[in-house]
Amino acid sequence: MSNIQAGTGAVAAVPDLSPVPAIELDGVVKEYLARGETVQAVKGVSLGVAAGEFFSLLGPSGCGKTTTMRMIAGFEDPTRGVVRLHGRDVTDVPPNKRDVNMVFQSYALFPHMSVWENVAFGLRRKKVQDAEIRRRVGAMLEIVDLTGREKRRPREMSGGQQQRVALARALVNEPRALLLDEPLGALDLKLRQAMQLELKRIQREVGITFVYVTHDQGEALTMSDRIAVMNDGLVEQLAAPREIYERPATAFVAGFIGTSNLLSGTVERVVDGTAVLPLAGYGRILAADAACEAGATITVTVRPEKITISTEEPTGDVSAVRGTVSEVVYLGTSNSYAVGLPDGAEVTVYQQNAHDSSTTAERGDSVWLSWQPHHSYAIGS
Amino acid sequence: MRRRLGDRLLFGYVWLVMLWLFLPIAVMIVFGFNDTQSKSNVSWQGFTLKWWGRLGDYPELLDAVYNSISIALIATLITTVLGTLLGLALGRHRFRGQGATNLVMFAAISSPELVMGASLLSLFVSAGVQTGYRTIVIAHVLFSVSFVAVTVRARVVGLDPSVEEAARDLGASSWVTFWRITFPMILPGVVAGALLAFALSIDDFVITQFTSGATVTFPLWIYGAVRIGIPPQVNIVGTCIFAVGVLIAVVNSVTARRRATA
Ligand SMILES: Nc1ncnc2c1ncn2[C@@H]1O[C@H](COP(=O)(O)OP(=O)(O)OP(=O)(O)O)[C@@H](O)[C@H]1O
Ligand SMILES: [Mg+2]
Repeated sequence: MSNIQAGTGAVAAVPDLSPVPAIELDGVVKEYLARGETVQAVKGVSLGVAAGEFFSLLGPSGCGKTTTMRMIAGFEDPTRGVVRLHGRDVTDVPPNKRDVNMVFQSYALFPHMSVWENVAFGLRRKKVQDAEIRRRVGAMLEIVDLTGREKRRPREMSGGQQQRVALARALVNEPRALLLDEPLGALDLKLRQAMQLELKRIQREVGITFVYVTHDQGEALTMSDRIAVMNDGLVEQLAAPREIYERPATAFVAGFIGTSNLLSGTVERVVDGTAVLPLAGYGRILAADAACEAGATITVTVRPEKITISTEEPTGDVSAVRGTVSEVVYLGTSNSYAVGLPDGAEVTVYQQNAHDSSTTAERGDSVWLSWQPHHSYAIGS
Repeated sequence: MRRRLGDRLLFGYVWLVMLWLFLPIAVMIVFGFNDTQSKSNVSWQGFTLKWWGRLGDYPELLDAVYNSISIALIATLITTVLGTLLGLALGRHRFRGQGATNLVMFAAISSPELVMGASLLSLFVSAGVQTGYRTIVIAHVLFSVSFVAVTVRARVVGLDPSVEEAARDLGASSWVTFWRITFPMILPGVVAGALLAFALSIDDFVITQFTSGATVTFPLWIYGAVRIGIPPQVNIVGTCIFAVGVLIAVVNSVTARRRATA
């Protein structure tokens, strides 16, 4: 349907307004044969990444993130399914003919070449004019703040510098999309945070589609336009960070992203779209917009920071649950409470230390927990 | 600051080992300058340079040296190409018969030269191949190819496969990737293997003896000369070969250091 070709030409740094996704996976399955057994690393992934988007693949170790990424880059052939780049089917196109570039977790710099030669490698392969190579490599080294280190060898650079060389080496080719496989995995926390900001800045500056693989949920939440949360070879939820955090689609997503409380109950009635779940003798849960009917048993998630802890019974149309404090932990900017419910469930509550550092309740106190109906979010199984 | 006893012992030990290694070489060099009168060159008679001018006294010796060097060069070239390919295959890929290949390689390295020489001779004879220059080259390639394959394989196994993938990702074909990325990275292994092959070939005696036919190499000539007494010219040739070896070692360590600091 599209006449857009994934050519090798330069890409303008303006958002692509065409409805054709920059990257499209259609029912992609990858099976490995390991010792006579078939292992499904990716079990059927379909997704589209818009041009100019910062898209993250997030999931626990072994869920198939790298495999998915390698199929986009062309290092693995999908067992089934189709990979499209800007509408063009590239399933059978080798990696050197795909207009995407990858930043490897191990950086994979060429150890026998200088920083300059590393960065110029891709342009030389495309037979770009020498003057043009000098201009573009110089400009790119400026962007990643490595001017003056052109003659160094990779092993004479720090981890963060090597990381930036790897980034420059990929970006200088002005690919349609940049694939980054846990590019910050080897860095310490401080450098990691600095590089996160740096990556965001560079992505804004060059306006290239980023597909970012990480197993760090904080990283994914702060950097991405959209996140695909993967588990066991499947995408569990694909949405913007806020949506993923506030409205996790499955128990897995709720548990993997931040801390979440899972509470179950039977719906007694639904009033104006708000489900009421009475809990035997210790309160009730109100869940707004829960697509369910009276008599159904549902599970809702509540984020710890949405819950208010108090010693008096709350009033008004709120969820209110009674429990006993089993643990209080001082976290600096907040306090964390673990509250045990009579049915054995444990609820985590974060309370900001905004006004004074005294705690509302102590270990062993009987307390009320309350939250707004729209902070209870009903999830699928 | 006073050195500790352990340091001093280690220091002394190192010099003892050096002495042990260098004494025979020193004797070889020194006796090339011996003003000997008799046929045998075993007792010191005084210093002279005259043997350097009389290398031509034994034309067969020069022929033998020429044979040794040319055989070593040809065998090294063939061995390096074959051994590098073998090392790449063994280090990179899983294939049917890989275990057998490893076993045969190890057998070639560990089997006694006598056994290999004798069996090669009977192979050539039963196949009706005239032994001579060519069969020496074949034999030398045979016993040194495993050494090259092993050194190259060690290098290949240590490579991060994503470095080659990165080259492909940046638009390099598999041909360009090999010559620009893979080959420079395994080059130290290839060079080490080639030097080893050359060193093994140039002074091989046992297997060469079996497969040489009428061709005479430097070691074979010396062996033949033992009966009539080894002339000082042999010491001079040996000194030259040793000097070339030292030169290569020095160049190698200097370039390695430069590579490390470049
Ligand atoms: N070449 C292979 N042969 C056999 N199985 C493989 C191969 N590569 C990956 N797998 C399997 O496929 C699954 C997904 O692997 P993948 O590398 O995509 O995970 P990941 O999400 O990137 O994990 P991590 O966060 O640890 O990098 C794993 O169970 C892994 O064992
Ligand atoms: Mg991975």
